[in-house]
Amino acid sequence: MSNISRDEVAHLAKLARMAVTDEELDVFAGQLDQILDAVAKVGEVASDDIPPTSHAVPLTNRFRTDEVRPGLSQQEALAGAPAAEEGRFRVPRILGEEQ
Amino acid sequence: MTDLTRLSAAELADKIHSREVSAEDVTRAHLDRVAEVDTDLHAFLHVDADGALAAARAVDSGLARGERPASALAGVPLALKDVFTTRDMPTTCGSRTLRDWTPPYDATVTRRLREAGVPILGKTNMDEFAMGSSTENSAFGPTRNPWDRERIPGGSGGGSSASVAAFEAPLAIGTDTGGSIRQPASVTGTVGVKPTYGGVSRHGLVAFSSSLDQGGPCARTVLDAALLHEVIAGHDPLDSTSIDAAVPPVVEAARRGGDGDLSGVRVGVVRELSGEGYQPGVLASFEAAVEQLRQLGAEIVEVSCPHFTYGLSAYYLIAPSECSSNLARFDAMRYGLRVADDGDHSAEEVMSASREAGFGAEVKRRIMLGTYALSSGYYDAYYGSAQKVRTLITRDFTSAFEQVDVLVSPTTPTTAFRLGERVDDPLAMYLADLCTIPANLAGNAAMSVPSGLSADDGLPVGLQIMAPALADERLYRVGAAYETARGPVLDRMPELKGAAAK
Amino acid sequence: MTAVADLMDYAEVVERYDPVLGLEVHVELNTNTKMFCGCPNRFGGEPNTHVCPTCLGLPGALPVVNGTAVESAIRIGLALNCEIAQWCRFARKNYFYPDMPKNFQTSQYDEPIAFDGHLDVVLDDGEVVRVGIERAHMEEDTGKSLHVGGATGRIHGAEHSLLDYNRAGVPLIEIVTRPIVGMGERAPEVARAYVTALRDLLRAMHVSDVRMDQGSLRCDANVSLMPKGTEEFGTRTETKNVNSLRSVERAVRYEMTRQAAVLAAGGDIVQETRHFQEADGTTSAGRVKETAEDYRYFPEPDLVPIAPSREWVEQLRTTLPELPWERRRRIQQEWGLTDEELRDLVNTGAADLVAATVEEGATPGEARSWWVQYLNQQASGREVELAALPITPAQVARVIALVNSGELTNKLAREVVQGVLAGEGEPDDVVEKRGLKVVSDDSALITAVDEALAAQPDVADKIRGGKVQAAGAIVGAVMKATKGQADAKRVRELVLERVGA
Ligand SMILES: [Mg+2]
Ligand SMILES: [Zn+2]
Repeated sequence: MSNISRDEVAHLAKLARMAVTDEELDVFAGQLDQILDAVAKVGEVASDDIPPTSHAVPLTNRFRTDEVRPGLSQQEALAGAPAAEEGRFRVPRILGEEQ
Repeated sequence: MTDLTRLSAAELADKIHSREVSAEDVTRAHLDRVAEVDTDLHAFLHVDADGALAAARAVDSGLARGERPASALAGVPLALKDVFTTRDMPTTCGSRTLRDWTPPYDATVTRRLREAGVPILGKTNMDEFAMGSSTENSAFGPTRNPWDRERIPGGSGGGSSASVAAFEAPLAIGTDTGGSIRQPASVTGTVGVKPTYGGVSRHGLVAFSSSLDQGGPCARTVLDAALLHEVIAGHDPLDSTSIDAAVPPVVEAARRGGDGDLSGVRVGVVRELSGEGYQPGVLASFEAAVEQLRQLGAEIVEVSCPHFTYGLSAYYLIAPSECSSNLARFDAMRYGLRVADDGDHSAEEVMSASREAGFGAEVKRRIMLGTYALSSGYYDAYYGSAQKVRTLITRDFTSAFEQVDVLVSPTTPTTAFRLGERVDDPLAMYLADLCTIPANLAGNAAMSVPSGLSADDGLPVGLQIMAPALADERLYRVGAAYETARGPVLDRMPELKGAAAK
Repeated sequence: MTAVADLMDYAEVVERYDPVLGLEVHVELNTNTKMFCGCPNRFGGEPNTHVCPTCLGLPGALPVVNGTAVESAIRIGLALNCEIAQWCRFARKNYFYPDMPKNFQTSQYDEPIAFDGHLDVVLDDGEVVRVGIERAHMEEDTGKSLHVGGATGRIHGAEHSLLDYNRAGVPLIEIVTRPIVGMGERAPEVARAYVTALRDLLRAMHVSDVRMDQGSLRCDANVSLMPKGTEEFGTRTETKNVNSLRSVERAVRYEMTRQAAVLAAGGDIVQETRHFQEADGTTSAGRVKETAEDYRYFPEPDLVPIAPSREWVEQLRTTLPELPWERRRRIQQEWGLTDEELRDLVNTGAADLVAATVEEGATPGEARSWWVQYLNQQASGREVELAALPITPAQVARVIALVNSGELTNKLAREVVQGVLAGEGEPDDVVEKRGLKVVSDDSALITAVDEALAAQPDVADKIRGGKVQAAGAIVGAVMKATKGQADAKRVRELVLERVGA
């Protein structure tokens, strides 16, 4: 069912925002192919009449009351930042646009 | 003087609360043991001697003032898996990307432990972001199995189980997404419990696979596990999937089970979880355990759960899918490792390069697998079908539990394998979780309790007990009864001290 | 900069093509807290001070749904004549962007809380157009980036960016129309009228501040053209950054003329995001959507499904206010307004404000006069919409009541309104703080009158001699002495009384 190419792995890596080396591409292409072949087994029993389960324990309607709770100070928020400036997280220039 | 590290958590609590020994001395004894053996074992990524001693002294002074202990475990130290956030210690999840990250908040489990007066000795080693079955995927080097230092301690919570097995801590916390508490317990000769999904808050547990992850206790006895279970379990309004109901009476069940009588209890042996691919010594140990349960008065029934054989496949679609999304936040913008920020590279390039540098091979593999399984055109065949298998496995459990009270199987098909043996063969590695995964997919409770040593290699074997969701107490009753009948296991472990000195 | 685009004359555009519109409106709810955490939902603030582990996307943090936001979503769905889902879930929309802390947006995908509705929109000439509503769903807002370096503070050419997550996680409702077809030359007007109607509706419901200038209501306009006589939709563009009602109309019109020119020249429309330029009313190309984005949606495992009971939904239905257009129809009858008068009232944005002021006890005439005249001037002076003035209908009604009871003169009343607009508090607070009360205490006035008469004995004599008009000079002196805080009519009466005329 699967037959995952190097190009597809490269595409996945792009979607997942990971730079991968050429060497990794080869290794992952082989391994993903092998894994996907194995796990495709789920298709054998997943017939149309079976509802999917997204949550193991069936709960509904868990709501929070609309009351302010203490959060973090600016200093705490920025404590782990690789770079910060003027109370904000500093990041390299952004190429893409907002969605 | 007795070696305090050899006592159970229940015994230590008794001595501390009756002020026969101080919590400080107990904590210090464990810290000494860590100093003595951990350079070799590497169960800990971070040791917080000052914090643990301060917490212990606070318990001692409270008791000295005549206050009641804050919990049944007040003063008994513990090792915390490095996947729970801690304000005063780094939380690395075994990943390079979080090497230097100290969270600005405590996980609910961390907070409950602190409120219970449990000194936290430090943070334990794990497979990166809990992905693995051997703790070899830790960015900071593997943990070794105290039974044989050339073998794996299981994973992802190898550090937690090894620390308990090696008497570095009487108790530890693990997390179990596909078996990461039970499989390490099995291969280190200790007890590990995955509570019902939603039984223990996930707030502050760094997510691997949100719909499967569950924190739980690691201990050397069933009663100790129950005591810890009661400390960490219960509803948390900060976790929407947390169960809003009373914690099952696990301590009471463990004490009752200690009487060794299982008459009236129906035990189902899962037909699909044995046979080909299982190590003969594991099967023999399992069969002996079942015989022991029969002798304790349990009624033994063979049951079939035909879809369990699809569990591994469903798991290796659902968990990577969720992880591909959960780990997207590690992008070097707000926290974590950032590389290539030289003024030249864009944010997008820095993200890609940092994720490449920050994640290990297994994490990358699963992120890509999950990205694939969720992508348009493949969703139905992979992720969607896996969720249907989840329904089928839940139905198997439901019908099995109409016939029996608990189900049993080996915890894992083999004893501890050798370090490096499966690192380059993901599918072989994944087989370690074959028996534990169904309970994660269905969300019900499961335990691994030692069933002695395998005749073929002298290494520990685990008996897995599974109970319906919300009926966690059944695990403790059956587990405690079996444990009493079985007798001690850990005292057959080779002494570690000589090794440390070599 | 890119070359100026060719445009087709608008009359020719509508002669040759049928426009198809699709409007996506994002509304920030005005709840106390964010969608999934207890951080304050407040505009502005020092950067990164309204944040917590959850809305910063810190490892381990989990979302918990704001019940009031769900309630607002259901009410909005009901007001838009939608079905309310019996059972629905949140989903994760996965894509990387630095202002989105988790690199997925928690949104709704194939299970929106509200779907299949409509909104009746009244155009300027009174024609009613029914706009189909495909869905209204809940999601969360992103943080904000500040682009540093480069020419204009814009993303292109910036050296680096600074991120503030105060807005991250603010509850949003995204309202999506069905394709709006058959509007011909009125398409741009319909777009504006729809967003206006939606804004008025949401304001009347008190669920959002609906401030386009502050981004609490944002509109993306999808536009495509199909040659007359054909029925297959053309390739569309999505114009963002449309920050006012007028811009909605201009952006749609511009895209129609631009796309028509491209098509007429034998070109193809590129499916892309475009940005509206407020300054010159044009749109410019943004990111090209190569293929449909692969967002890898899947059900949010950290949140449990929402299953609103029918009792809850019906109870929420009873909380819906009178809809703005229904209210307008009613006030037109009650106040006896002509269609034109009503339209003026609506066009200045005063209709709902006047109605609300009447509901607070003012007469329609008084309320209209305040909003349409004095307050409308104030709004123009500040270059904001009337509704954006920092004064509420209740406050205006209170000022009117103070005038009617004689406690304020008209002049003082305007001063009180100025005080309210300046943020000095409620009308009564302003009266108190600025000491603006009319001097209605006769004994104080009598003293002032007597002093004025004594100071100008010749005038007093003239009045006594029957020259009553001379009283004006004394009244003026008294008004000056009391800093205008006396009721001139009463002063005049007292002057005449005191001279015994
Ligand atoms: Mg959206
Ligand atoms: Zn927050």
